[in-house]
Amino acid sequence: MSRAELVALAPLVVVTVVALLVPLLVSIRRSHGLAAGTALVGLLAGVAAIGFAAGGAPSQVTPLLIIDGFALFAMGLVFLASAVVVLLTHGYLERHALDRKEEFYILLLLATVGAGVLVSSSHFASFFLGLETLSVSLYALVAFARERLVTIEAGIKYMVLAAATSAVLLFGVALVYADLGVMEFGALGAALTAGAGGPVSVLGLVLMLVAVGFKLALAPFHMWAPDVYRGAPAPITGFLATVSKGGVVVVIVRLLLEYEGYRTTPVFGVLVVMAVLSMLLGNLLALLQDNVKRLLAFSSVAHMGYLLVALLAAGPLAVEALTFYLVAYFVTTLSAFGVIGVLAKDEGEADRLEDLRGLYWTRPGLAAVMTASLLSLGGIPLTAGFIAKFSVVATGVGASLWTLVWVLVAGSAIGIYYYLRVVVAMLQQPSEKAPARLSVTMPLASSVGLAALFLLLVAFGVYPAPLQGLIEGAVATLP
Amino acid sequence: MMLLWLILIPLLGGAAAWLAGRAREAAARWVALASVTAALALALVLWVRAPVAPLPGDGDRWTLELVWDWMPRLGIGFHLALDGLSLLLIVLTLFIAVLSVVASWTEVSQRVPFFHFNLLWVVAGIIGVFLAMDLFLFFFFWELTLVPVYLLIAIWGHQNRVYAAVKFFIFTQVSGLLMLVAIAAMGWLHLGQFGVLSFAYQDLLAVDVPARIAPWLMLGFFLAFAVKLPAVPFHTWLPDAHTEAPTAGSVILAALLLKTGGYGLIRFAVPLFPEVSAAFAPLAMTLGVAGILYGAVVAFAQTDLKRLVAYTSIAHLGFVLLGVYSWNELALQGVVLQMVVHGLSTGGLFILVGQLYERLGTRDLSRMGGLWGVAPRMGAVAMVLAMASLGLPGLGNFVAEFLVLSGAFRVAAPLAAVAMLGAVFAVVYALRIAQRTFHGADVEGWRVPDLSARETAVMAAVVLTIVWLGLYPQPVLDTAAPALEWLGIAQPPTLASGGGG
Repeated sequence: MSRAELVALAPLVVVTVVALLVPLLVSIRRSHGLAAGTALVGLLAGVAAIGFAAGGAPSQVTPLLIIDGFALFAMGLVFLASAVVVLLTHGYLERHALDRKEEFYILLLLATVGAGVLVSSSHFASFFLGLETLSVSLYALVAFARERLVTIEAGIKYMVLAAATSAVLLFGVALVYADLGVMEFGALGAALTAGAGGPVSVLGLVLMLVAVGFKLALAPFHMWAPDVYRGAPAPITGFLATVSKGGVVVVIVRLLLEYEGYRTTPVFGVLVVMAVLSMLLGNLLALLQDNVKRLLAFSSVAHMGYLLVALLAAGPLAVEALTFYLVAYFVTTLSAFGVIGVLAKDEGEADRLEDLRGLYWTRPGLAAVMTASLLSLGGIPLTAGFIAKFSVVATGVGASLWTLVWVLVAGSAIGIYYYLRVVVAMLQQPSEKAPARLSVTMPLASSVGLAALFLLLVAFGVYPAPLQGLIEGAVATLP
Repeated sequence: MMLLWLILIPLLGGAAAWLAGRAREAAARWVALASVTAALALALVLWVRAPVAPLPGDGDRWTLELVWDWMPRLGIGFHLALDGLSLLLIVLTLFIAVLSVVASWTEVSQRVPFFHFNLLWVVAGIIGVFLAMDLFLFFFFWELTLVPVYLLIAIWGHQNRVYAAVKFFIFTQVSGLLMLVAIAAMGWLHLGQFGVLSFAYQDLLAVDVPARIAPWLMLGFFLAFAVKLPAVPFHTWLPDAHTEAPTAGSVILAALLLKTGGYGLIRFAVPLFPEVSAAFAPLAMTLGVAGILYGAVVAFAQTDLKRLVAYTSIAHLGFVLLGVYSWNELALQGVVLQMVVHGLSTGGLFILVGQLYERLGTRDLSRMGGLWGVAPRMGAVAMVLAMASLGLPGLGNFVAEFLVLSGAFRVAAPLAAVAMLGAVFAVVYALRIAQRTFHGADVEGWRVPDLSARETAVMAAVVLTIVWLGLYPQPVLDTAAPALEWLGIAQPPTLASGGGG
């Protein structure tokens, strides 16, 4: 392996090394702070290494990985998101008196490595490897608080479905390989564009999309999301909703950009149907929820649908809009689950609507962060979500995807209603039990994490130009 | 930079009021009052410095302009500009803002700092709406006003506040999203015709909208503005929102927020789509007349005083819709004046209702009566405001409605004639306000204090301004005239020629 290739891989190498270092440290001395600190420093070092690797980008490292601007940008996003999850988790685990706290960070780092491989994969082998590394770590993370029944249920549900999804994905890959004999995205795109693909490879692609639909919790493959979101520890729910989905989105963008001709095939229809169903079902079912984590689960089904609108609109602006949306979605979702994580009680999570009642008057800071993230999900100005929604609507209109645009509009109109329900609950007079929550001190790490998210949420909403410029540069080398 | 300060002062003032109020609640009121007064002073300075802008051909369209890059990648600029139309509405906004802060001095006693934060942020958003000359920025401010208004109603409102707040939010949000789609489409049309994505107002005016999609895009804008105005049949959120809101909320809603709808029609909906608007004018004017009659008739049937005043707003803003789509100088002058005086008279009435409610604990007309004997100052004020509302000559509303009707008469005489009926109904409901509250028998034996010095000052400011605009409206008309000329009302002689005239 050449020096240039090593430089390109530096971010992945750094995080992998830290993922191996933490177990060593744990075997020497069990210390929650040390493990969390090492993970945090490691992730930030990974981010720093991205700057180092950016000089050589784009570079193809073996047929498996492409380290281009887009991959590096997505890696930065994933690493920072994981770093925030580390911050949010530290306080969460401290409060819950679980034994074996340190293992959490090992799993988290491994999952992050998986996501890093995923976003830079240019070959089905690396796609699958990355996805499995990510998913297998997540099985354990979802079920981490194994004393709680809902958590066990969530872990098993997630594991069974994710394993089935992997099988479907593999079968799709196998069909494509049987028909065309290629595994690299570029070669696959070229072969398909040349018209080499028969019905078998189209079926293979559709099966892959079904697997992707499961991973992104797109309707009609979203059924697992509410239960798993609810059962997993809140910071992990945030991780699951952002990093795990973001990685898959990046791969699917890469795959579809290589094969622009997909618009005339059933693949396009499948994506349109999934987008429409996700936007409608996600928003309508969210209306019925009284559990905030379930509500956010359905809302994120809808948001993945919005994201597909940008994916289906062609052109460089569309990929930029999609990437911006992804960043806004990361920041927003992490802060929402972060707040719920901070509110969690010893016996379980404070995730019912009733638990948030009167939060404005008992914990104004937390309520402000929660409100900002809900408004961002609803696409209200001064938040990143507003700019993101505008970009997606603009690209949808630009590509004349009118059906999708109208469904998006209808969906966000419904969406506002249930986001406001949560805001209203926080505004109401505190319930009798609320004063007890006042006594809970806010962990420093969580405060730092939430404050950073809040600032980003507002900064991207008020002055998004630097981020847009960064994204423009990152996607410039994509086909 | 002056323009930016107009927005920043209330924005920062709101934040400062919140912070200052954490130490002492009274401080929040003073900080809020100081910042809106400062902003009002700034706006008045701008007015005195440049009372009349150049006419087309004589110089710049804008008396002040600020252009910054914001999101160059999407062709979005931070573009603020001021002309006579914006200036008048901004002066009105800040004048009403000062009155709202003073009027809620004793009414709001809970969560005072946060209340003033929301109040000032709505004001900042509304000023932004009147200044933004980039359609994305316009939409940004448009949506920015929603959340604080929502909170004002939902936290400090009356019994049904959450229902009213959510209804308000959903109506405005849905119509706003339709406008968002239309704005995005305009940007892409500009890209197709000029090679760059742009959302700047002047750029989009030059876009030649294909006839096939123009009606749809126009409707996207029209619906957003018609809901805000509100035009019948998109008005159903208004009575609830007004009735449930606290006094300052109702005042801000009626006097200011509704004006953003009228402003949007004048500034964007008609100029961006002149041909389609001409074809659409008969329908829009009919909706306007329907609003005038409906608002007046339904207002008469109300027993809740606040709800009554809310319905009169629908009637008064029907004149705005009628005038805008008449699209000639006379009618538009009337529209601008109507927006200003409606803000004052209805704002004043809502403050009066709030004062009555503070004293009586009810808004039920049947329980009032004979209050003149108890509170003569209040009675006199109510009399003037009711007379203004019915359009008595000598008060501002008369001039405004007269101008609108004269303008409308030129393009659609039958509609103008029907609209006249509305003025007759107005007499009935206005007299009912005066009659039922302050005259007749004092059945409940009310013993309440008359207006305090603070309240008298607020009411005197409102009444004097209304009288001034009734006797000498020329400064307002002069300021508005060049801005209206620039909108191109001179070129199409009778825009609504199909209006059955």
